[in-house]
Amino acid sequence: MAELTFRNAVLAALAQEMERDERVVLLGEDIASGGVFKTTNGLVDRFGPDRVWDTPISEQAIVGAAMGAAMAGLRPIAEIMFSDFYAVCWDQVVNEIAKTRYMTGGQVTLPLVLRGANGFGSLGFGSQHGQSVENWGMCVPGLKIVSPATPVEMVGLLAAAIRDDDPVLVFEHKALYGSKQEVSDGEQFIPLGEARLVRSGDDVTLVGLSITVGMCERAAATLDGAGISAEVLDLRTLVPLDAQAVLQSVGKTGRLVVVEENPGQLGWGAAIAALVAEEAFDDLRAPVTRVSGGNVPWPVARELEAEVDVSPERVVSAVQRLAKH
Amino acid sequence: MTQATTSDSRPDLGVDTALYEQMLFIRRFLEKVDVLYRQGQVHGPAHLGLGQEAIAVGAASVLRPDDYSIGTYRGHAHALARGAPAEAVLAELLGREGGICAGKGGSMHITSVEHGYYGSYAIVGAHLPIAVGLAWASRIKKTEQVTVCFFGDGAVNIGAFHEAVNLAALWSLPIVFVCENNQYMEYSPISSMIPVDRPAASRASAYGLEALVVDGNDIDAVRDMTGAAVVRARRGEGPSLIEADTYRLKGHSAADAGAYRPAEEVERWRPLEPLLRKRAALLAAGNDEQDLIRLEAKVAIAVSGMADRVLAAPKPDPSTVWTDVWADGGSRWRN
Repeated sequence: MAELTFRNAVLAALAQEMERDERVVLLGEDIASGGVFKTTNGLVDRFGPDRVWDTPISEQAIVGAAMGAAMAGLRPIAEIMFSDFYAVCWDQVVNEIAKTRYMTGGQVTLPLVLRGANGFGSLGFGSQHGQSVENWGMCVPGLKIVSPATPVEMVGLLAAAIRDDDPVLVFEHKALYGSKQEVSDGEQFIPLGEARLVRSGDDVTLVGLSITVGMCERAAATLDGAGISAEVLDLRTLVPLDAQAVLQSVGKTGRLVVVEENPGQLGWGAAIAALVAEEAFDDLRAPVTRVSGGNVPWPVARELEAEVDVSPERVVSAVQRLAKH
Repeated sequence: MTQATTSDSRPDLGVDTALYEQMLFIRRFLEKVDVLYRQGQVHGPAHLGLGQEAIAVGAASVLRPDDYSIGTYRGHAHALARGAPAEAVLAELLGREGGICAGKGGSMHITSVEHGYYGSYAIVGAHLPIAVGLAWASRIKKTEQVTVCFFGDGAVNIGAFHEAVNLAALWSLPIVFVCENNQYMEYSPISSMIPVDRPAASRASAYGLEALVVDGNDIDAVRDMTGAAVVRARRGEGPSLIEADTYRLKGHSAADAGAYRPAEEVERWRPLEPLLRKRAALLAAGNDEQDLIRLEAKVAIAVSGMADRVLAAPKPDPSTVWTDVWADGGSRWRN
């Protein structure tokens, strides 16, 4: 048992899988020296320069090279320093990586991981370094999407992503990098597509992902004091989606609040809300509610950030509005 | 190359004639696709490489079976030249069962991994970084496999080209970039879209590479140039960027008559096309014209018969649309 930060959980998963499988190779900007967020510290010393490759600032080349190497039998992991930068290589991600297996009739397999820092968290990174973009990928069949909430989750889910034979985007919330948790010894692995029941409750289901899972937990603790028993689910992965876990929980509680950090105008929460409305309508005792980031490009000044960021307080308010039903 | 054309006798014809036969087969194949397109048999666009056959065939002829090649939506010739089964390629174009991409790729995404052809990509320039990845894997695995990446002149103006060539040069990867300069970026002369003389060769020095230009309609010159580049790559001497001059005999796609091309330009290029030239060279080298005529008749009959068979083949089972998204064979995204 060792206490790991979220950032060292990334490192632990990478090291675990590089140790286990010599086909696992890394590429990205400044990763040999540890990377901007120090998630790859020491890997080049441990595994050598043939396993850890520094690249120019060339996201299309980074992501495309990962795809080509995956087709050739390696299991590459490309670091995208800030997930906002997916926008400069999005063609590679959605037109090539997501589709080539399908459009070749299954001739190629693409066991690759794209990973890096994601998320807002009111850190002052603003519009071009502060977005939560898991929902971008959710529109595109052919991509798996993982966004862990804790260090334990990070080690196990990243390991699973690396072992997966399909392309997986792993999002690491940068506001969580410093969070700590005891991680047990030995090999870590959490299957993709299984939501985590964080906390049982009877009156309302709170569904979170990444940083919003902790917000849901804190909201649930506050709601306890008001006599409201909240169940908290961590989706862990948007694709594959454990829809049954959500439906079963709503079947018990009859109320659903989905909490997502990205702007709500077309967030992943809309997909969750829609499937619950379609498939669990008879279980619902109140309207499905979403708590999302504001529908603006992200600001920087703290007071402005606070205005649009999600928070446990917003979750509590949403639940209290539902409780009237 | 294909089962349809390699089976019977050409005992007295050498490798030159075999390459001529390959080019000829591809020419007849593409012409047949053009006709079928006009008959409404091809669902979706078809971009034909008529007149550009020498580059695909010449480059493929210097590769090992385990080498990688990769190309564009104008990629039929490149797949066939590596040995992709022509009947399966045609079935893909005509939307029949047995299509080489199971009906999910169509004309723009012909792929035959079994033959080392890692795909045809329809986003201009997008496959150059992927090609770099194939070559990067060869370097990591120390396999001496070489990657040849074909792309059009229009691709040099998109960012992916520069990122990919830069990274390949920086990492000294075993890759040969082959720019097929067919003079047109879709409907626009490439000369009107570049501020330099040549789309690829003029950019080579930016990546520390030699400016290499070859007559892409001369298959022997293509073989010499690409062969030397492949040898360098295999020895670990890094990438090459070759610009092969050629000319698209028809429009950008089968739907385009290419009427924007000046008549005198079309006429100037017509005698320079690779089949006429290779045929003349074979005759000059002493081959019997009757042998060539027999060969030409055989190829025409093979293509025609193949088209009849494919047209008679069943359509794909609609339920197969739900396969091949994930490595487990399915397409399920939620439970």
